[in-house]
Amino acid sequence: MRAFAELLDRLVLTPQRNAKIKLMTDYFRAAPDPDRGYALAAIAGTLTLKTVKPNVLRQLVLERMDEVLFRYSYDYVGDLAETISLVWEPPAESKTTTGDLSLGTVVHQLETAGRTNVHGLVRDLLDQLEGSSRFAFLKLITGGLRIGVSARLVKQALANLGNVDITEIETLWHGLSMPYVPLFQWLDGKADKPELDMPAIFHAVMLATPVGDNDLASLDPKDFAAEWKWDGIRVQLANLAGTRRLYSRSGDDISGAFPDILEAADFEGIIDGELLVGGTMRTNRATRAFSDLQQRLNRKTVTRKMLEEYPAFIRGYDLLFSGGRDMRPENFLTRRAALSALIEKAAPSHFDLSPLVPFSSWEELDRLRKDPPDPVIEGIMLKRLDSPYTSGRSKGPWFKWKREPYNVDAVLMYAQRGHGKRSSYYSDFTFGVWTKDDGKDVLVPVGKAYFGFTDAELEVLDRYVRNNTVERFGPVRSIRAEAGHGFVVEVAFEGINVSSRHKSGVAMRFPRISRLRTDKLPQDADRLETLLAMIGQPETNLAQPGEPI
Amino acid sequence: MKPETLLYPTPKGLYCEKGGFYIDPVQPVERALITHGHADHARAGHSHVMATRETLDIMRIRYGDAFCTSTQEAILGARTPIGDITASFHPAGHVLGSAQIAVEANGTRIVVSGDYKRRRDPTCLAFEPVPCDVFITEATFGLPVFHHPDDRGEIAKLLTSLKQFPERAHLVGAYSLGKAQRIIALMREAGYDAPIFIHGALARLCDYYESEGIGLGDLRPATIDASDKQSFAGAVVVGPPSAFADKWARRFPDPVPIFASGWMLVRQRAKQRGVELPMIISDHSDWPELIATIGEIKPGEVWVTHGREEALVRWCQLQGIAARPLHLVGYDDEGE
Repeated sequence: MRAFAELLDRLVLTPQRNAKIKLMTDYFRAAPDPDRGYALAAIAGTLTLKTVKPNVLRQLVLERMDEVLFRYSYDYVGDLAETISLVWEPPAESKTTTGDLSLGTVVHQLETAGRTNVHGLVRDLLDQLEGSSRFAFLKLITGGLRIGVSARLVKQALANLGNVDITEIETLWHGLSMPYVPLFQWLDGKADKPELDMPAIFHAVMLATPVGDNDLASLDPKDFAAEWKWDGIRVQLANLAGTRRLYSRSGDDISGAFPDILEAADFEGIIDGELLVGGTMRTNRATRAFSDLQQRLNRKTVTRKMLEEYPAFIRGYDLLFSGGRDMRPENFLTRRAALSALIEKAAPSHFDLSPLVPFSSWEELDRLRKDPPDPVIEGIMLKRLDSPYTSGRSKGPWFKWKREPYNVDAVLMYAQRGHGKRSSYYSDFTFGVWTKDDGKDVLVPVGKAYFGFTDAELEVLDRYVRNNTVERFGPVRSIRAEAGHGFVVEVAFEGINVSSRHKSGVAMRFPRISRLRTDKLPQDADRLETLLAMIGQPETNLAQPGEPI
Repeated sequence: MKPETLLYPTPKGLYCEKGGFYIDPVQPVERALITHGHADHARAGHSHVMATRETLDIMRIRYGDAFCTSTQEAILGARTPIGDITASFHPAGHVLGSAQIAVEANGTRIVVSGDYKRRRDPTCLAFEPVPCDVFITEATFGLPVFHHPDDRGEIAKLLTSLKQFPERAHLVGAYSLGKAQRIIALMREAGYDAPIFIHGALARLCDYYESEGIGLGDLRPATIDASDKQSFAGAVVVGPPSAFADKWARRFPDPVPIFASGWMLVRQRAKQRGVELPMIISDHSDWPELIATIGEIKPGEVWVTHGREEALVRWCQLQGIAARPLHLVGYDDEGE
C-alpha cells in the first residue's frame, strides 16, 4: 500500500505529463500482481469498491478523539479524508504492526466484507496502515480519488512499460478487467498478448494532421473528399453480438452518459462519428453548440430531464465494421457508401450522415472553410478517396483544415508562476477587456492563457510582470493595467460561449496568446461588446448546411 | 511568587521585570536573552545580549560584529544571577546553539522553551526536559494533524526521485539556518556522497557548522555560467525557499521543486506553493512530541505561544492541566 500511496502523492503534485507517465511506469514495473492491477484500476477509474459515507468516517474518528480538537483539525486541513488520515492514531498495542499491508489485501478484505462488518473493517485497516497509506485508502473508499491523470495517460504508461504502441492497449482495454494480470504478464514479456472474447471492443481511431503551409500545393483536389469538421466530440459506437458500447476518441467508455444513443443503435457494426447535441439533419432541426454537449459529458448517469433538454445524436463519419465484416481495408468511398446505407435504415432522431462538401479547387474550399454555413462547424476535413481506415495519425490520408481562430486584443491583469520548467516565470496570465461599470470604463477578466508565446516572448512578459506588480496574493500577482499604462496581447481562441460562472459572462475555448502588442496601449484594447457579438446563437439559428450528396 | 509577575508579555516581547531583561525581544532593548539564532527570535540592535556561544556566533555571522554592544556567553546548565532572579540555559534540540531559558525567583521556576523538537538531529544537542512550575511551549505544529514522519523516509523520497529523474535538477528549499544543514547531514548519513550545491545565502552558515565539527561533505556554490546548464542535471541544490521562485532558479535544467518543512504534511499547502516533492522535515515538535513533553515535564501550568494555541490549550484542559494562551507577536511560522 505504501508504494501506491507514494505514487498517488507524487502524481497529484507533478504537473508534467512525461513525469507523470514515468512515475506510473516505474510503479508498474516494481509493484507485484495483483497490487499493480488494482492500482491501475484505481487510477483509470475502473475500480469499484463499496463506498463508505463521510458520516461513518466522522463517527469512527470521534470514537477516539475529542470533537473540538477534531473540528480545529478539520478547519485547518479542509478535506475530511486527509484530516482523518492525519489525526488517526492507532491504539498503543497495535503500533507494532506486521509491516506494510498490500493494496491487494486491502481490496480483497473490502470486497469480501459483509455490509455490517464494513465499519469495523475500516477501523482495523486505518489502525494497520500508516500516514499516506491511510490517506490513499480513505480516498479509495470515499470514491474521491482526484489525481489529475486521464485514462489515456495511464494507458501511455502501460505502453511504455511493455514498449508497445498505445493503440494496442486501447484496443485491449475494454476486454480486460481488474486486476489485469494477463495484461501485465504480456507487458512484462512473460506471456502472449491477451486474446479477447468480447466483440464490441474499442478500435483505435484514425486521426488527421493539420494542413501545413505548402501541403495542398502538391495535392490534387480530385483525389479528396471534403466534409465539415463538426464541433462535438469524436466517438466510436459499437454494437456487436448483443454488446453495445460508446467510446470516446481515446477509448474511454462513455456509454453510461448516453443511454439514448445506445438504445437507438439497432444496427450491427462499429461506426465512427461526431457526438453532438440537438437535432439531426434528417429531422430538420439545428445542431447545438459544444457548450450544450458539455452538459452531457463527464457524467456517470443522466437524468430524464437532461435527455429531453439535451438530446444527443451521432453524425456518421465512417464505418469500421458492417455486422461482423471488417471494413477498414476498404477505401473511403466504399466504406462511405456502406455507412450511408446503414444510416439510411437507422433511427432518424439519433443518426445522420456527415454531408460531403463539393468543391473543385483548394481556393474554393478555402472560401467555404472561412465562411461555413453552420456555427457548429469548426473547419474542413479532407479524406483521400483511396485511403483505408488506419489507426493513429499518419500524414497523408486525412487532413484537418480549421476555421481561422477568433482574435481580440486584451490587457494583462494577473499573472501566476508556472510549473516545472516555468516555475520561476510568470507564465499563466489572466487578461481582460473594457466594459462600462457605473458609467466608467473598467477592465473585466475574460480568460486565462498560459501558452502561445515563444520563450523569448515569455522573457518579455515575465519582466513586465515583475516590474509592474501592483499587489500579490500568494503566487498570483496583480499587474498594472490602466488606460495609458499596461500590456496588450492578442488572444486567439476557437470559440466563445455565454457563461454564468464568469463575471464577464463569457467563456473562451482554447485561448492562447498569439502576439504581444507592445505597439498598443490598453486604451486600444477591445471591449466586452465585441466579444459578446462573436457569440453564435445556435439554438435559434436554423441555418442548415447543404443536403448530403 | 506568582508566575504572572515573574514573566509577562509586552509589545517588545516576554519581559522579566525583576531581572530587567526580555527573552527573544522583537524590538531593540537594553538587555536580551536569546533562545536561538533564527531571525524572528534573534534580532540585531540590542545593547546587551546573553545567549549560547553558538547563537552569539550565528548572530555575528548574520548581522556583523556590531549586532549589539556587549555579549555574555551562556554555559548550558549553569545558573547565572541577573538582578533578583537566576537564569539558566538548557538544550532545546531545535537548531545548533538553541536553548530553553529557565527563569527562577523565590522558588518559582518558568521554562521558556523557545522553539524545540524531540527527535534526533545530527546537527544539534537533544532537548533536555527541565522540571518547572510553568512551561512556556511553542505550538507551531500544535494541531493533532501534525505527525511528522521519520526523516529517513523523507530523505529516501529525495534519493528515489534522483534515480527516477536523473536529467532534472532537484532544488531543495530549506531554511538557511538549521534545516539546510540538517538535510545535508541526513543525506550524508543516508550514503549520498556526491557534491551538494548550495545557494550563496547558506555558505557562511554551512562553513560555521563545519567549523563546529558537523560534517556536511562536499559542498559547492550553485553558481556557474549559463552556458553549462546541464552540469546540474541530477544534482541536489539546497537554498532558501524564496530563491526558488526567483529568477535565480532559471540556471537549472527542468528543476524539481522540493520544500523541506513540517507544513508539507498538508497536501494543499504543497500544491499551492507548486512543490512537486514535499519533504516533511521539521525543526519543531509535532503534536505527539508537544503532548509527550508536557506529560513528561508535568508543569503546574502551561502557557502556549506562537502557533495554534487553542488546540494545545484544549488538550491540556482535557488532561486537567492548567493552560492558557500567551499572546506574543512577531514570530514567524516555520519557513513562511
